[in-house]
Order: sequence, then structure tokens, then C-alpha cells
Amino acid sequence: MNDRVAVVRFPGTNCEAESLAAVRRAGGEAFVLDYRARSLDGADAVILPGGFSYGDSLRSGAIARFAPIMDAVRTHAAEGGVVVGICNGFQIVCEAGLLPGALMRNAQQRFASRPVDVRIERTTTPCTSHFAPGEVIRVPVAHGEGRYVADPGTLAELEQDGQVLMRYVAVDGTDAPHNPNGSTSDIAGICNAAGNVMGFMPHPERLADEALGSSAGHRIFTSLLSSLTGVSQ
Amino acid sequence: MVAEPFPGERAVTDAVVREHKLNELEYEAIQRMLGRAPTLTELGIFSALWSEHCSYKHTKPVLRRFPTEGAQVVQGPGENAGVLRLPDGWAVAFKIESHNHPSAVEPYQGAATGVGGILRDVFTMGARPVALLNSLRLGPLDDPRNRYLFSGIVKGVGDYGNCVGVPTLGGEVVFSSCYSGNPLVNAMAVGLLRESDLATARADGVGNVLLTVGASTGRDGIHGASFASEDLTAESEKRRPQVQVGDPFTEKLLLEASLELIQSGVIVAIQDMGAAGLTSSSAEMAARGGVGVEVDTSLVPTREPGMTPYEIMLSESQERMLVVAEPGQIDAIRAICHKWDLDATPVGRVTDDGVFKVIHEGRVVAAIPGQELVDGCPMYAPPAAESPAMRARRDARPNVTAPPLTQSLELLLDAPTLASKRWVFEQFDSTVRGDSVILPGGDAGVIRVSGTDFGIAVTVDCNARHTLLDPFEGGKGAVAEAARNVACTGARPLGITDCLNFGNPRVPEIFLQFTEACRGISEACVAFNTPVTGGNVSLYNQNPDGAIDPTPTIGMVGLLHDVSKAVPSHFQASGDAVLLLGATRGHLGGSAYWAEVLGCVGGSPPPIDLTAERALQEALIGAADLRLLRSAHDLSDGGFALALAECCIGGPWATHTFGSDVDLGRHADDVDDEAWFFAEDGARAIASCEPVHVAAIQRIAHEQGIACHYLGLVGERGGNLRIVRDGREFAWSADHLRSIHLQAIPRRMAQAPATGEG
Repeated sequence: MNDRVAVVRFPGTNCEAESLAAVRRAGGEAFVLDYRARSLDGADAVILPGGFSYGDSLRSGAIARFAPIMDAVRTHAAEGGVVVGICNGFQIVCEAGLLPGALMRNAQQRFASRPVDVRIERTTTPCTSHFAPGEVIRVPVAHGEGRYVADPGTLAELEQDGQVLMRYVAVDGTDAPHNPNGSTSDIAGICNAAGNVMGFMPHPERLADEALGSSAGHRIFTSLLSSLTGVSQ
Repeated sequence: MVAEPFPGERAVTDAVVREHKLNELEYEAIQRMLGRAPTLTELGIFSALWSEHCSYKHTKPVLRRFPTEGAQVVQGPGENAGVLRLPDGWAVAFKIESHNHPSAVEPYQGAATGVGGILRDVFTMGARPVALLNSLRLGPLDDPRNRYLFSGIVKGVGDYGNCVGVPTLGGEVVFSSCYSGNPLVNAMAVGLLRESDLATARADGVGNVLLTVGASTGRDGIHGASFASEDLTAESEKRRPQVQVGDPFTEKLLLEASLELIQSGVIVAIQDMGAAGLTSSSAEMAARGGVGVEVDTSLVPTREPGMTPYEIMLSESQERMLVVAEPGQIDAIRAICHKWDLDATPVGRVTDDGVFKVIHEGRVVAAIPGQELVDGCPMYAPPAAESPAMRARRDARPNVTAPPLTQSLELLLDAPTLASKRWVFEQFDSTVRGDSVILPGGDAGVIRVSGTDFGIAVTVDCNARHTLLDPFEGGKGAVAEAARNVACTGARPLGITDCLNFGNPRVPEIFLQFTEACRGISEACVAFNTPVTGGNVSLYNQNPDGAIDPTPTIGMVGLLHDVSKAVPSHFQASGDAVLLLGATRGHLGGSAYWAEVLGCVGGSPPPIDLTAERALQEALIGAADLRLLRSAHDLSDGGFALALAECCIGGPWATHTFGSDVDLGRHADDVDDEAWFFAEDGARAIASCEPVHVAAIQRIAHEQGIACHYLGLVGERGGNLRIVRDGREFAWSADHLRSIHLQAIPRRMAQAPATGEG
């Protein structure tokens, strides 16, 4: 049986199609899980995809964290299960307290839709094991609130414990600012201390197919699926 | 047919009639139709449906002459959107629409709700929106008011589409003084559907139920349709509270619910409550089905108590749909709506008497013969004539000394109309849904049709300056440019939608612009086999300072059989060969060079040779299909030099530029350097390829009967753009040109706070 990945749909989620496709292209089974569900329906891993859950009312992710499904997501994370938050999903896992820090309005006060170059800073997590240390990939971002912030103590801890998953980096010749939102220490994504909960602003699921001209994001999902092998029968 | 006034409403006096923008002739027609004076509710209904926006009373006879047929047409004009056939049972629904007047007084909401409305037009056809485009036109950015409008409009367009989750794949942004105070916001949506899922907006089946789905009804947007049907004046600012407020979050839910309602077969028909809200949606659905309807406004969910039937019928609150269904399906409809956190409420029924009837708390407040209500507005054929000013413009020539050619190219790259639109595109999500193949910033956007090998190319284009100087050639040229852009990606043009933005049709010069531009569009569409599938007319884009340049924006869709063959616009590799397809004639009239560098809007634009255009399209499509092209970019605004510079500069997020080393040889040697560089002759493109493919591409071009000159090579990364002509050399650093091109708009937007007070 294939590994099963649940893609949670909140009202306003809009990246479920590409998230499902990216998991399937990597050989996994993926299904949409409604936010009203109370269990993960046998999923081995959970993706909280991008979008504008609840229209980003109050703050991005501030309402989604109270959705019924989040209890099951929290339990899954506490038991060591894999949880991946992408873009709005990253905002939700931060709001839910599964990851430290918060995502604030972009420093330039405008939406940022563009490719970014991110360096994979840690290759021992379920989403990054198929990358070489320090490898740089070019994937899209598209967000208005992606500026990662945390208090100095948390930041120091993230750096010391190797919890910074990916970072925006400057690539020779690029004339757009390398950091699209002004995030602290160029942080694009982080994980928790145990490494099973991950969140990042870039969208690897949108560029995971050579037919689109690049499959730079594909290995995020092959990594994810190989981390699950053996979890289910 | 009796109707009584709603208690407390104003009497219908002459002054009230005038306030509703109905003239004497129209009011007489109403009284004749009813056999009595209308109630206030009825007057409001007529005022909305007989507005220019809904009735096309000045333009219908002209629009009827558009070519609308073809083997690829599934749905032509008359529905919410046009639909064209794609391979394997797929179809594409698309439409463009204006939201100019609301955006002039409230840029953020005006632009946002423009995007919302066009998305609904597409998903009511049963199509899932997969791409957005827009054409934005503003006054010069040195005016703070224009900066305020520009930033508000871009943010409004972006926030709405981004939240709904539809990628913006292209667009154009044009700055000209004629748009100061008259900004244009044209939004286009493109959706995909299985042809078998096609939905219509035709009310059928006496006894069937009308339901509202989505947002409740408030007092916003009342008389939006009639507002859009008058000149902008100092009074227009007072219309600001009438501009609708958008909620893209609800739109996303409504999109999902509507598609599920259509695909599950539980409804008979569906229509967006857009301009003129419940009035136009119910009246138009009934007229299409040849039936009557009865709407009970006291059943419509409202945002505040005490709303009158007049207000409920004319509200333009956003994110609402009107659905027709069999009574037995109400529970199933509600279940689907609840899944998406929405409600559905029965508000009326289909009747057999052909009467458009409105009831409120048991009282009949409107009863109008339905078909005549929709079709009975008097039509006008205003005079069309050239003005002395038109002739004077054609005779005008630049009368300043031209700067050196090297400097002129830099000035053109710095002109906001020709500059990089990265500042704009960064605010639009272009990659959501994960099917984007060619992003904004090239000739046309390309997306894959998910789960298939094929893709579609989409673009919007119009050269309003050419249209001002010669409306007929301008109309032809807009279609030709769109088709060139589509063909540059390797896609075959399939059909168009048009957004016809003009001034006041009662001015003979403006009505001439309108009829001639439409004639040009028709001629080009026939030549290219790209039927008109629908569109929108926006008149009265005029304020006390004058009318806008005639702007017939063309939205085009093309088919790419194998999306992996999509061709980008910019150079891809050093050492590739550079080719120029098509003939250079050196026609500078109407050029961006004259306008932006020499300060002269004048002359006659280059005549469009439709045979040559068609041949160029075929050559580009043929070469792309054999994977011979590495890049292809059409020549339009700014001519050869600007297009070559863009090929070297690369796309908005390119990691490096390329130099180029080209020699113009003896091609068009009767043309002087200035005209060679900047003339805007049509039917031309710059292509690059591996040197080994040059002969094959030249063979294809010659088979089509067009010239294909080898000019030289793509240079080193970050190298110089070098053009040699008859021993004369012109050179620029490609990195320097890129920096000018990219900074032109951000530099101007940073110069001073852009506020509404400007």
C-alpha cells in the first residue's frame, strides 16, 4: 500500500490541486481532508497547503488554527507524525503553536510573487533528505505575509539546533532582492526540534514537473515519501 | 398588468425620471409598453436594463457585424462567456470586461470587483478559472493622483485574484495623458471545462424555482450599471459609496459551490448577479428561456433590515449567483452550498405568462412584459464623422531634433509604457495551481491543461495610439498583435473576446472611431479564423478634459498541441543565431518613438497586411512544432531595436542578460537608421535558434512567403548589444539596458507618497 498524505482544505485554501499532484508525481497517494473532519483518516503525513484560509481575516492562519481538524493534526505531530505547512500552511502551524515565531506582512508592504533562490540548510528532515547540504533551488513564492520573525532567544535556538530548514540566498546576476519579504536572517522555512513539523513560505509543489520547465521542487516530495516508507503496511 | 407603488417610495415625477438617466423617447416607450406610468421599482429596473452598459443601445447594430462562427466555437456571444473547443472533450471559456468607472473613483475596490465579476462570468459556464489577464491604462506617473490610482488598482487586481487562487498570466500596462482621470481596468478570465459540463443562463421549465446563492444583498453598488453609462465629471466622486465592495474569500467558496452545482446536474441554469444585480440576472435568464419570472424580494437575504424592493432589485452586492432549479432539487442544492459554507434561498419561480414580476410582502411592485423589458430599449444610430482634429493628427510630424539613436533606445526603455512591468507582476500570483508554463513578461502566457499534453496561450493587446490615428488599422492591428503574441509561443490563435473602451458615442468623431475599429477587428478575425466570442463595451470614458484614445482591447486564446514545445520570448543561449522574420518598411507614423522620444502623437500608423500576418503566424507555429526555435518575440511598440533589447534583457526574473551581435546588412537599405530601429511595421518577429536550424527555419518562412534574415548571434552573458549597419556601429551594455528597463516604474512610484488627496 502506498503512503497516504492528507492535504487539508480549509475554507479559502487554494493550493490543494498542485499539492495533491506533487505528492502523486512523487509516487504517493494523496487525498483532500475537509477541515471539519476529526481524524486524519489513516494518513501517514499531513500537508497544510497554501491559500487564504478564512480570507486571512484577523491574521493569516489565525482562524484556521481553531478548525476541528487541528486537534488531530496536533496529536499527529505530538506522536512524531510528519506535518508540512506550505505558505498559508506555515502561517497556520505557527499560529497553532506547532512551530515558533510568526509570519508578518512583507517588509515592502506589497504581495511578492516571483521565483526565489533558497538554500537547503538542513538535509536530515523528512522534506529535505534528497538534497545535498547547501544545495540551492529556485522555486516560486507568492505571499503578502511571509516575513518570518521570532524573539532573539528563539532565533538563537533555531540557529543552534539546526532548525532553519531553508534560507533565501543571493545568486550571481539576480537583480531582485534575494529576500522577498524581509524575513529575519533570510529564513524561508523552519522545523521543530524533533524535525517532524516543517513550515516554509516557498511553493515547491508548484514547480515539481519538467513539463513546466523545471522540477526544482520535486525532491521535497520524494524526500517526504521516502521518510514515510515503513510507517504504514 | 398592474403594479402598485411600494409604501413610502417617491412618486415618479419628471425629475425622478431624469435622475434615472432615461430620456423622453425612452420614457414614452416605457409608458406605451406598460399602458400606464411605471412604479419607482419599475423605473429603477428600466433604468438599469436600458443603460448603455446593459442594453448596448448605441452599439448593437455594429457588434452584430462581428464574425462569430467557426468549427471551434461552442458558445458565441450572448452568454456569460464565450467557449471554444479544445482537444479530447475539453473546452475553454473566456471573457474580458471593463471596470473603468468604479476604478476611477475607488481604485482598489473598483479593480478588485472587476476581477470578481469576470471570474463569475467564467465559472457560471461550468468552467474552472485557470488564468487571469488584465489591461490597465493610466495617466502619467508624474501626477500623484495617477500613482495613487495605479497602486490601488494593481493591489485591487492582485488581492482578489491571489485570494481566489487563479494565476495572472499576462497583461499590459499603458500610460498616456488621455487616461488621466479616465483609467481603464479591463480584466480577462480564462477557464477550462469538459464540453459536456457546459452550463447556460437560460431559465426553463414553468414552476421551477429561482434561488440566490452566496453573499446576502446590501445597499452597495445601486445604479452601478447606469453610473458606467455616463461621462465622468466632478460629480463622479460622489458615486464613491456606490462602488461595490469585493470579498474574494466568499468568491472562492462560490466558485467551488457553483462548479459542484453544475457538475452534479441539480440545477437548470445559473447566472452571476453582476451589473444591475438581481434585475438583469433574472430578466435576462427569463428572456433567454422565453418565460416569465416572479421574484419575491422580501425573501432575499439582506444585510440590513428595511431594504426596499427597489434597493434589492438594483443592488450590485458582489459574490452572488442566481440559480434556476426544479423544486425537488432544493435540498440537494442546499447540501452542496452548506458544504462550501454558503446558503441557497428560494426567492421566486418561473412562470408561463412571460411577465417579469416583482412581489414584496404580498404586493406586486413591478409587472413588466419580460421580453420587451430586455429587448425593447430604443436603439440609436448616432452620426459618425471625421473631425478636423483627426485629420490634423494624421498630418502632424515631429518638429524637434532627434537625440542620438543610442540615447533614444534608452529613453524608450525608460518610458513606463515600454518598461518592465516586474513591479506589477510581482503583486499577482502567477504560479498558483501549478500549471503555469510561461509567466507574465513575455509575448503571451502559457498554461498546461492539467492532466493532458496540450496547453493554451493567452494575451491581451491594443495599441490605442494607432487606433486614435487610424481606427480601422488600429482595430486590425490589435487583433494582429494578439495573434502574433500567441503564435510566438508556438500556439495557434483560436478566438477572441473584446473590451471596447471609447468615449461618448454621441460625439460623431467617437462613434466613427467605434465603428471603424470594429470593422478592423472583424476583418482581422475573418483573416485569422479567430471568431469573436463575446466581450464588453465601455463608453463614456470621457471627462471634461476629453475622451480617452479609442482602446479596443483584444483578449485572445490559442492552442498549443504539445505544451512542452512552448517557445519563450527572450534569448536563451550564447551562440544561438538571431533571425528577423518579416519585412521592414520603415513606417514611423504613430510610433512609440515619435510619441515618447520626440513628443509627437501623429502620422498614420503602419497599415496592417493581414496576409503577411497570417503567414508569419504559420511560420512561427510550424517552426515551434518542429522544436526549431529557442525564442521568438514579436515586434510592436518601439520596433526592432526595442524588441532586440528586450530579447537581450530577459524576463522579469532572469538571472542574467545576453549580449547580441547583429548586422543589418543590406536588408531594407532604402530605410534610414532611425526608421529601421523604431518603425512599427507589423508582421515581424525576432527569433533565435541553434545555428544548425537556420536553414530549416528559413525554408519554412519562405514556404509561407515571408522574409527571414539571418542577422547574427546571441552574445555572451552580460555582454553588449551591438548593431552594425553599413559600417555604422551602435552598442549598449545589456546589463545597463536591463537596469533602465527594470527601474523605470519603481523609480517613479518611489518619488513621492501616492495618496488619494493628489
